[in-house]
Amino acid sequence: MGRNNLWSKLYLACVFLVLYSPIAYLVFYSFNSGGTMHGFEGVTLDWYKEVFQDTRLLIIVLNTLVIALLSAAISTIFGIAGALAIHRIRRYRRKNALLSLNNVLIVSPDVIIGASFLILFTIAGIQLGFTSVLLSHIAFSVPIVVLMILPKLQEMSPTLIDAARDLGANNWNVLSKVVIPFIKPGIFAGFFMALTYSLDDFAVTFFVTGNGYTTLSVEIYSRARQGISLSINALSTLIFLVTIVLVVGYYFINRRNGGKRARLGVPTQ
Amino acid sequence: MTKSRNLFLVPYLAWMVLFVVAPIVLIAYYSLFDVDGRFTFDNYTKFLSPVYLQMTLNSFWYALLITVFSLLVAYPTAYFLTRTKHKSLWLLLIIVPSWINLLLKAYAFIGIFGTYGFANKVLELAGIGTKQILFTDFSFVFVSVYIFIPFMILPVYNALDELNPSLIYASRDLGASPWLTFRKVVFPLTLEGVKAGCQAVFIPALSLFMITRLIAGNRVITLGTAIEQHFLVTQDWGMGSAIAVVLIIAMAVIMILTGSGKRGALHGSQ
Repeated sequence: MGRNNLWSKLYLACVFLVLYSPIAYLVFYSFNSGGTMHGFEGVTLDWYKEVFQDTRLLIIVLNTLVIALLSAAISTIFGIAGALAIHRIRRYRRKNALLSLNNVLIVSPDVIIGASFLILFTIAGIQLGFTSVLLSHIAFSVPIVVLMILPKLQEMSPTLIDAARDLGANNWNVLSKVVIPFIKPGIFAGFFMALTYSLDDFAVTFFVTGNGYTTLSVEIYSRARQGISLSINALSTLIFLVTIVLVVGYYFINRRNGGKRARLGVPTQ
Repeated sequence: MTKSRNLFLVPYLAWMVLFVVAPIVLIAYYSLFDVDGRFTFDNYTKFLSPVYLQMTLNSFWYALLITVFSLLVAYPTAYFLTRTKHKSLWLLLIIVPSWINLLLKAYAFIGIFGTYGFANKVLELAGIGTKQILFTDFSFVFVSVYIFIPFMILPVYNALDELNPSLIYASRDLGASPWLTFRKVVFPLTLEGVKAGCQAVFIPALSLFMITRLIAGNRVITLGTAIEQHFLVTQDWGMGSAIAVVLIIAMAVIMILTGSGKRGALHGSQ
């Protein structure tokens, strides 16, 4: 058993090494004064200075964040409505039909989403730019939020709602005092997922962003096509740090939620 | 239970019709027009020409390769992960790289696989000498697998985590070797996770276009690249839509195939 354990640890170590080495590579060369991603010459912070002096880039970062936060918030609201709607449907066939409709955007390749949205916005006369990017980010996030919230709703015992009604709660009270607090972890998870998808999206944005408006992914793409520039490395180091902070925060929030549930004695299955 | 009408359905359904149904209908509609706006089936006949068929075959072949390699790496990883202490933390660490922007990772590989990059340094030290790695099939498949692997690990991990360990003990007690236990107990019970993972990798892999540009240097042309080309470069939306329609149909077929498998598995267990 001991030897098996060693092999499995070795394997995992290899996987982690491969997973993280490109990121480490980027971070390492962001300090290179040589200006290329090979042959480390000396330590410098010039590339970071360049990032912070590049107002165009900073505006793009801001754009990306605004799009991510707005689209996550709005898609969470639509997602809550969607999950509640699907949950309430009693007829099996209708429920299934809605669920498959919900899944269409999740399984669709980005290229198809991007191309079809491009047609949609052109026909609807929406100018390509902030609005079109925001709308498409909301569009592909809503189904994900729905999927994150639905299991929580299914977990919820109907007796909770019956009890609330027996005690005189109206529809709004039931929703705001019983249902929403119960599915809160799902809502948070959905919001975070939407945020991630929006920050990570390249293909859809690439199609629906016109001239003049770009998000970070599109900007990196056009810069990377021109070749290597170490300010991209510096930027990715900063992004990586922010990601790590977010992840650690998310992990602790999650653990606290999990701990609470265990203490309340809610069965995990 | 019909006392309150389903008011939540209104905004959700409206949104879905606008952003799911309408785009698909539009793309199907556009595929029937040529560049000058004339109604025609030409786009589809053009798709049946050897150029496009070859491209389709290529896309499927690469997507298959990427899926198979992802699964081969991901399954043992997920398996060993479920056996570690603090497994949720380790799992999180697997997911973290997938939160880093895809473009940045592709960009990192341009550096690593470059002529003077890290990979070539290693090859030189090993006595093999410098090789052209960037802009080859190998680099394309490697980077794609790298990017998709968390999406394969996650569903497989979840399936393995739900597996009741007493089933494994029972199988061992009954004299099965570890390999037999894996083949007859563990793998069949985690098949749903494997299917979900393959779906999550295969469909996006079919239509990759950014990695083909950056890593494969336009050498590998997939259906995704072709759609992007037609929509954004040649402005032939009709042809692009026709390819998209074919992709949508392929996707639906894949979904139905894996979906019916699910139902079958459920019946089997009852």
